[in-house]
Amino acid sequence: MSLLEFSRGPMLHAALIIFVFGVLWRLVATILLSRRKRQSEPRNPVGKSAVGGAIAVGSRSWPHPEFIGRTAFGEAVGYGYHLGLFAIVLLGAPHVVFWKNLFGISATWWPTLPGGIVSILSIATIFLMLIATIRRMRHPVLRRISNFDDWFTLVILYALMLTGVMAVFGIGGRYEIILAAHIISFNALLIWFPFSKLMHAFYIFPSRFFNGYLHSRKGAAS
Amino acid sequence: MTTANPTFTGNAEQLAPSDRESRAMAEFAQHFGAMAALNLESCIHCGMCADACHFYIATEDPKYTPILKAEPFKQAYRRESGAFAPFFKLFGLKKKVTLDQLQEWQELLFDSCTQCGRCSLICPMGIEVAELIEVGRRGMFEAGLAPKELADRARRQAETGAPEEPATPYRDLVNELARKHGVEMPLDKDRAEIMVCAPRNDLEKHPEAVVAMARILNALDADWTFRADALIAENYGYYAGSRGLQRKITSRIVDQAKAIGAELVLVPECGHAYTALRWQAAELLGEELPFRVRHVTEYLAEQLAEGNLELSTVGGEPTTFHDPCQLVRKGGVTDAPRMLMEAMGVNLRELENKKGFTFCCGGGGGVNDLEAARPLRYRAQEIKLREVDQTGASRFLTTCSDCRIAFDDAAEHFNWDKRPESLIEMVAANIKE
Repeated sequence: MSLLEFSRGPMLHAALIIFVFGVLWRLVATILLSRRKRQSEPRNPVGKSAVGGAIAVGSRSWPHPEFIGRTAFGEAVGYGYHLGLFAIVLLGAPHVVFWKNLFGISATWWPTLPGGIVSILSIATIFLMLIATIRRMRHPVLRRISNFDDWFTLVILYALMLTGVMAVFGIGGRYEIILAAHIISFNALLIWFPFSKLMHAFYIFPSRFFNGYLHSRKGAAS
Repeated sequence: MTTANPTFTGNAEQLAPSDRESRAMAEFAQHFGAMAALNLESCIHCGMCADACHFYIATEDPKYTPILKAEPFKQAYRRESGAFAPFFKLFGLKKKVTLDQLQEWQELLFDSCTQCGRCSLICPMGIEVAELIEVGRRGMFEAGLAPKELADRARRQAETGAPEEPATPYRDLVNELARKHGVEMPLDKDRAEIMVCAPRNDLEKHPEAVVAMARILNALDADWTFRADALIAENYGYYAGSRGLQRKITSRIVDQAKAIGAELVLVPECGHAYTALRWQAAELLGEELPFRVRHVTEYLAEQLAEGNLELSTVGGEPTTFHDPCQLVRKGGVTDAPRMLMEAMGVNLRELENKKGFTFCCGGGGGVNDLEAARPLRYRAQEIKLREVDQTGASRFLTTCSDCRIAFDDAAEHFNWDKRPESLIEMVAANIKE
């Protein structure tokens, strides 16, 4: 079995199993913790509070005007590389083929971006990740609160992005080896996911919703 | 994430370090619920909460980053309750929270946090950062690390009803104020529809605000009373981080209100009293309260809307208004004070950061009482004073006695030309009889 076959065969399957069960376990472990009925008289009824929670799920994606002056740069960089990653992963033609093969579905209607666009997006995304990394290293607050999770997640993301770009541009050695390295990086991401801050991809929705709900229950801003 | 379980209310400083650590851990464990877990698990370490905190903005010292203040609680959660807690524990990846570490965090949890909750509004993940910090305080109290100024006052208030020995017993003070101002101030009526509390700060430093409230209630023909055993609105148990003492202090008010069959407990101009009674009392006691709790401005806005209260207009002097954090950001009392000001034709010039986004007065969360926190508090307060000046207003209103004390002190320190005034006093002076 070649390295490439291993990376997209048994290793990928093992990584997927760890990812699925790890994510489920982490979510279940949170949900199973105690919840209590709020006893205070609500200002808004359940329905209105739930609407407040739902609004918070969307509205927290954009900073309140009171804060934007201080956070705009960090948010622009953060959103920038997140959008780049999503576009590459979901709309890059080789990735779309990969998902179709992996899940065994044929979605001919699924759009893809031209290769040139994906290449530009990839380089732009790496550039934004670099800015985010430098910021994390130099900004006093980010430096103070960063831990192993932050740095190791970045290492995996860089490995994934750089090997992807190397495979596309045919640099760094034999294509099969670079592609295998790219898929191994992806597998590493899947394995690391449930143990790391990457879980924010799942937590973001309940966190925004329930806190927004509780703010709305009190009639407070969210 | 409070529960109705009993907690330690004695003096933990006398215990062995390991016992103090255990008590802090036991308290943290009380809060390992689904909401706390969601808040702790969701953090992406973006650091934006620092950009909402007046202590960080004023000093640019990263140690004041709000989420960092929650670190002892977060560490305890990861080690004891998180999804991979056994793994973290087995391989020693998350250390036990030590007394030394808690001692290091004392300044961060008390001196440099006013519990204002602004950090909770900036978080892109929607995390309720302020609540995590509040849990941190609770662990600190159980470890005997709550500042003495707060812990002693909390213990005294739980036992006697007053955080400090008043120069004049409050019962006498109320009677004296009634006599001096010629206002009826019912005290200890057996039955009343409304039970009213008073801020200790106002009784001692701004008694006109207490008189104003009485004057308004009398003008409304309200059936109301003070109760000497539950007169003080502030809850030092909340400031000190003691669930046990907070519950005892809350119970005093709740029991008195029940005893007289009150349908409404009126919280005076005091933000933390509102949070403690309006939102936390029922949670701490584990039961719904048999009466409504309203801030005095909410009650008056209701009276205004129902046509029971008519106000004359004031002059057009430019006036600004400080939204107390506990009332507005954490309590939702946003429109009521503005309805009252509008009814009086106040020429309101809003602050740049207003309503839910207001900057704190700097003295909340018991910080007003912490002598060691004073230099840092002044630095944070400069942000607010500048904002007030930028409005060009010559009058400055608020609806919280704690905020008034903080601004009074800052005004003296900075030789500032403004003094905060009570909105309720303005209402009392403009009632159409």
